[in-house]
Amino acid sequence: MYKALEQAIADAERRGTTLGRLALETEAKDQGRPVAEIREALARALEVMRGAVSHGLTGEMRSASGLVGGDAAKLRDNPAGPLAGTLFHDVLARALAVQEVNAAMGVIVAAPTAGGAGVLPAVLTGLAAARGVGDDALIDALAAAGLIGAVVAERASLSGAEGGCQAETGAAAGMAAGAGVELLGGTPAQAGHAVALTMQGTLGLVCDPLGGLVELPCVFRNATGSAMALAGIEMAMSGIEFVIPVDEVIDVMGQIGREMDVRYRETAGGGLAATPTGRRLARERLVQIRRGAGRGVGGA
Amino acid sequence: MVSILDIIGPIMVGPSSSHTAGACRIGLLTRALVGGTPERALIELHGSFARTGEGHGTDKALVGGLLGFRPDDARLRDALDIMEREGLDYRFEKTTLGDEVHPNTVRLTVERGAERAVVVGSSIGAGRIRLSEVDGYPVEVTGNLPAVVLVAVDRTGSVARIAGILAEEGVNLATMRVTRKERGGDAFMVIETDDSPSERAIAAIGALDWVHWVRALPKVAA
Repeated sequence: MYKALEQAIADAERRGTTLGRLALETEAKDQGRPVAEIREALARALEVMRGAVSHGLTGEMRSASGLVGGDAAKLRDNPAGPLAGTLFHDVLARALAVQEVNAAMGVIVAAPTAGGAGVLPAVLTGLAAARGVGDDALIDALAAAGLIGAVVAERASLSGAEGGCQAETGAAAGMAAGAGVELLGGTPAQAGHAVALTMQGTLGLVCDPLGGLVELPCVFRNATGSAMALAGIEMAMSGIEFVIPVDEVIDVMGQIGREMDVRYRETAGGGLAATPTGRRLARERLVQIRRGAGRGVGGA
Repeated sequence: MVSILDIIGPIMVGPSSSHTAGACRIGLLTRALVGGTPERALIELHGSFARTGEGHGTDKALVGGLLGFRPDDARLRDALDIMEREGLDYRFEKTTLGDEVHPNTVRLTVERGAERAVVVGSSIGAGRIRLSEVDGYPVEVTGNLPAVVLVAVDRTGSVARIAGILAEEGVNLATMRVTRKERGGDAFMVIETDDSPSERAIAAIGALDWVHWVRALPKVAA
């Protein structure tokens, strides 16, 4: 797979194709598998993503701690804000839905990780629903997102423990932005600018989950990450270009991650996890999980 | 080489690839070492597995793996209830396996009929795993490929004989590791293969009089 997004963009533009198609061809060559087989695997992922969106929107999912669940349904049922009725509002609800399903041990696609799994389905299925885009184009977009994620994995990191939340929901937002531009018919160059314009906004984002659980703020980070992706798509498709090349933005995300104190890398030692309320909730809710489980650690 | 299907995937039960999917895979490999669902299990959690394991469903995922559920099986969520319903005697404890041990590590002691196995496994990130110890032997089992594991008398030509049996069955070897507790002692072999070896090949290896036991482990990676 490509190690530089600028190289992929140049190749796609030269051949008159999209990042998604280029990703599928490159993957087929890399893995010695037919393109149809890769499309099938992505189609299964798309189905699971859709399932997680609709499952989460029922509002019935609750996490082990009880702190997460039901907020996606609130967005769906109470369209009272300034974005009510818009694609933006719908995407936020979808992002919360998938991440609520994840926190409640439902089935999701880790894309790129479980902690950032809400962004890509929210943005892509949200755009597709609003614009009537078919599944073939969605599968191409997932392939484009895979290429972008592969470049981030290669040049920086996709792990909160290594690079903070910028490497999870930040990377997911970048992937969703580039893929979203392609889904709406933008050029590979515009997709690259969308990735850069989105990820410049998530640089430095710390990973600070309460009690170390993939619950809070993870669920809301997926919603705000989706918002960043929509902002990146909107700007790039209007012809706005980001002056720092996208690969340099990705590189610096990796650099910031390496320099980030360990307290901000999934250890629950800093950030929101270390606030007085964050500590209290972690303490209370973890005890509650222990009691509720009964058969868990120390029990039976 | 990074595959786009590693990025858009795996399909899994949440909430954490290392605490849930990885833990399930360790359970699946442990189950295979005793040839099916263990009747008894002592599950000792170390480090982050002990600290945040319950909130992340590590307990459910480990038990689900022992029951034979894969990381994308929605039944993982209910694995503890299913365990109780089936009357299985599984017990959890917290332990400390040492500072140098990976934070997401578990030691499983399982029994099924006369079969018994003690396994130390770590979830090393993004759902990838490594078994580092089986029955006291230092090993390295990843579950990335199907594998044959066996304990045999450490004698000249044993590796070649086993490779020969697999070759006759048309199974291509990918990697092979032999470890011993001490020189002249029994040897633990881990042979990863491109395709799953047939039951006939496993039986042929088991029939060798210097092989104490042999098991086929499934590929558990996505």
